[in-house]
Amino acid sequence: MISIQKNDFDLADEYKRLREQSDSDGAIVTFTGLVRDFSDTGSVSTLFIEHYPGMTEKTLEAISDKAQQRWDLGQVRIIHRVGYIKADEQIVFVGVSAKHRKDAFESAQFIMDFLKNDAPFWKQEGNAQGMQWVDQKQTDIAAAKRW
Amino acid sequence: MIHIRFFASLRERLQSSEIDIAFQQQASIKALVDELVKLDARFALLKEQDVLVAVNQTLSAPEHIVNDNDEVAFFPPVTGG
Repeated sequence: MISIQKNDFDLADEYKRLREQSDSDGAIVTFTGLVRDFSDTGSVSTLFIEHYPGMTEKTLEAISDKAQQRWDLGQVRIIHRVGYIKADEQIVFVGVSAKHRKDAFESAQFIMDFLKNDAPFWKQEGNAQGMQWVDQKQTDIAAAKRW
Repeated sequence: MIHIRFFASLRERLQSSEIDIAFQQQASIKALVDELVKLDARFALLKEQDVLVAVNQTLSAPEHIVNDNDEVAFFPPVTGG
């Protein structure tokens, strides 16, 4: 299931839901992304995240489908927040259940790597000096190429 | 009619979030950009190397053929996660 939302999410609720739907699974891997309070250019107090409604969901569904085809997975859950988010808040969640841990670990990384490269989100970082668009990192491009 | 949308820093630099243009014949995204530049020189920004294009919400190459009623979006590299 994919959710694009302004509101925060609760890790315990998400984990509980994955467990409830995963009776034959032996592994759950969850990843939570947080907003750092610094960047290459200085301190960060706020993020603003813009996205392309419709394409965002379509892209994340496609990434989830690819992961399901490549690994033997139970549930895939992706949450990404949009709008204004403060430093130190949660921004993204990926939760995967699988029969075995290798599939859960690898697919969670795969989903995050492709989310960062293909899903149409754009971040602006803000501090007392104003808001600035974030540039794509070469390390993120390289991370998706390894798959 | 082709519905064109711009996002993030590209939208700000173009000072435009969307534009509809009549584009009868089937042609590539590249030809569509040339048509936009003819309308207004500021659209030359769309020829910058890192600009991404999605047709009907799927990432597409510049050679992709655009049809009537398609939604074409231009945006900078993505930075989610």
